[in-house]
Amino acid sequence: MFETGSDIVKTSTGRVLRSEEMIINMGPQHPSTHGVLRLELVVDGEIVVDVIPQLGYLHRCFEKHSEAMNNYQQVIPYCDRLDYLASMNMDWAYALTAEKLLYLQVPERVEYIRVIMAELQRIASHLVALGTYGLDIGAFTPFLYMFRDRELILDLFEMTCGARLLYNYIWVGGVSHDLPPTFIEKTREFCKYCKPQITEYNNLLTYNEIFIKRTANVGVLPVDVAVSYACSGPMLRGSGVDFDLRRDDPYGIYNRFQWDVCVGKGEVGTVGDCWDRYIVRMREMEQSVRIIEQALEQIPDGDVMSAIPKRIRPNAGDCYVRTESPRGEIGFYLVSDGSGTPYRVKARSPAFVNLSVCPEICRGYMIADVVAILGSIDIVLGEVDR
Amino acid sequence: MDQILKSFLDNEILVYTIMAFVPLLWIVPYALFAVYLERKVSAHMQDRLGPMYTGGWHGWAQTIADILKLIQKEDIVPAAADKKLHLLAPYVVFIGSYAAFATIPFSSAYIGSNINIGLFYIIAVSSVVVAGLLMAGWSSNNKWSLFGAMRSAAQIISYEIPTAIAILVVVMIAGSLNLQEINQQQSGWFWNWFVFKYPPFVLVAFLIYFVASLAETNRTPFDIPEAESELVAGYHTEYSGMKFALFFLAEYANMFAVSAIAATLFFGGWNSPFGDFLGGPIWGVFWFLSKGMFFIFLQMWLRWTLPRLRVDQLMYVSWKVLIPWAFACVVGVGLWTLL
Repeated sequence: MFETGSDIVKTSTGRVLRSEEMIINMGPQHPSTHGVLRLELVVDGEIVVDVIPQLGYLHRCFEKHSEAMNNYQQVIPYCDRLDYLASMNMDWAYALTAEKLLYLQVPERVEYIRVIMAELQRIASHLVALGTYGLDIGAFTPFLYMFRDRELILDLFEMTCGARLLYNYIWVGGVSHDLPPTFIEKTREFCKYCKPQITEYNNLLTYNEIFIKRTANVGVLPVDVAVSYACSGPMLRGSGVDFDLRRDDPYGIYNRFQWDVCVGKGEVGTVGDCWDRYIVRMREMEQSVRIIEQALEQIPDGDVMSAIPKRIRPNAGDCYVRTESPRGEIGFYLVSDGSGTPYRVKARSPAFVNLSVCPEICRGYMIADVVAILGSIDIVLGEVDR
Repeated sequence: MDQILKSFLDNEILVYTIMAFVPLLWIVPYALFAVYLERKVSAHMQDRLGPMYTGGWHGWAQTIADILKLIQKEDIVPAAADKKLHLLAPYVVFIGSYAAFATIPFSSAYIGSNINIGLFYIIAVSSVVVAGLLMAGWSSNNKWSLFGAMRSAAQIISYEIPTAIAILVVVMIAGSLNLQEINQQQSGWFWNWFVFKYPPFVLVAFLIYFVASLAETNRTPFDIPEAESELVAGYHTEYSGMKFALFFLAEYANMFAVSAIAATLFFGGWNSPFGDFLGGPIWGVFWFLSKGMFFIFLQMWLRWTLPRLRVDQLMYVSWKVLIPWAFACVVGVGLWTLL
């Protein structure tokens, strides 16, 4: 419409537009792209014909940077910055990989602290995901309620390690500090507080007629597409696949707890729609509270750091460890050449992989639905671009 | 009131100019207050405090400070914009919503122009807003603005139909399009208000009118023309400074206009709810404004509670839900009066 000169307009992938189509740019400065993602939308009126995600606005050379570090421990602050809404889970995944490379068994108390931290972080991360999802749909109030409750978790983290967002808490071989004396009591209080809050969110947002209208039957991700695109986490479970690494490939001490894996059942629409992905996250928070409560009951006393040298030198070799972050399967692939510096660090980040399915499930919906679908994928650009 | 003014002043043009400016004396302070109220209402609904510092007591001067800031801002016109339309659009939008105040009776003694087709006039002039929004969206030369403008044009035109039909129910009861006369017919105690007549038809008509008026003023759940999470800011994305403030003022003026019409048609306008208790022209202004502000509070309440509908769902609500029910109300009231 506003093009001058040549009549032929092409997308960045070389697709020639028909005359009724137009390209609009969503992002990188768009309120609903959750950071600096840019989507090239080919639209026919309000209908989205094609979506081309453009990545890289937040690329920070994480992998190359890690290889330049002097020490395996020094990579951890960079892992924090991968998924900055779930730093604990990122740290843990990296620490587990390095420990596997070292054939290291961490003390019992460390295992429990890590589970408690990871599950608290999962609740915090899901609160952000669900809150901003409400914001994408146009409901402003649930967002602030969820951030208010997330603050309580951040207070617990601050109490433990001094940081509220990027913790650098879970280290190779243990954790940086022991839990403060009142931590267990305060976490119990939080768990007690959290359960009725989840009911409140459900009343306010989940079962709201307009919210259901906006999310049910929108962005349906069939099982075969989800599996062939290697989706993981709530994306995969929302499509009805009963798969959770914490249960199916257990790491840490997850096999000691009683909890359920939540899957989407298509209660208000089709299996694998946006509402299913949303409700999976909502229910996972309840399960996380269950895990935390059990871990708080069982936590033993003991050391919080294994006896390892300051500069660790794993034997030459490589390994891959995958864990369940709030967004899905976060895996680290480490190659050691026997020196104190990692030879290669590769992160398999869930949000990046989940985002790749976006064009597939956005086609044919409206612009407003693209916002809803993107929110239900729950991307964190720090992790997508690394 | 124009008679009183004429007895003081000889010049008729001056009298009408003064009469025309009187609503502005209300709208500007009201808009400042409504923006402040919106912030405080949203804040308290969301477990926050809202503005607390500017001006001392609970941040009362925050909106005044904002307006001063907007006046000082550079007035940016995008390089590729259609400059004339871009300049004109905010004024057209504001005129559209301000002109509606001409026939709204603020009290038994004050009405800008007591014409016998007052209601019809309001429905007509409020449509001018659409032209302004389209001008703003088109002239900005921004695809997002254009989307916002197209959406709002489609939305406002669609929702004018259920609004008009719901208003028709009242016109059928009153037998007049003159708003003063409609008000006078509702005098006495509150059960004389039209909303309680022919239950439940007029009540349903009021609900239809209220829902449709939310859409006409672009308020949640029908705020898709300026849906922040989709269209950034809709048709006024490319506006800054005072022009942006004019859009804002027009939106709040429009909110009050639809609330005032709801109060006038269904809730007795300037009539006191308790017969002659606190009646008269001066108290009439009080009752009228409080009823209007109550509906504005309702609009804010909904805005901070509900998510937003999608474009096609919005059209569905208008054409397949509101319009049939509005027709049912018209038929119901018609049959009731015949029998």
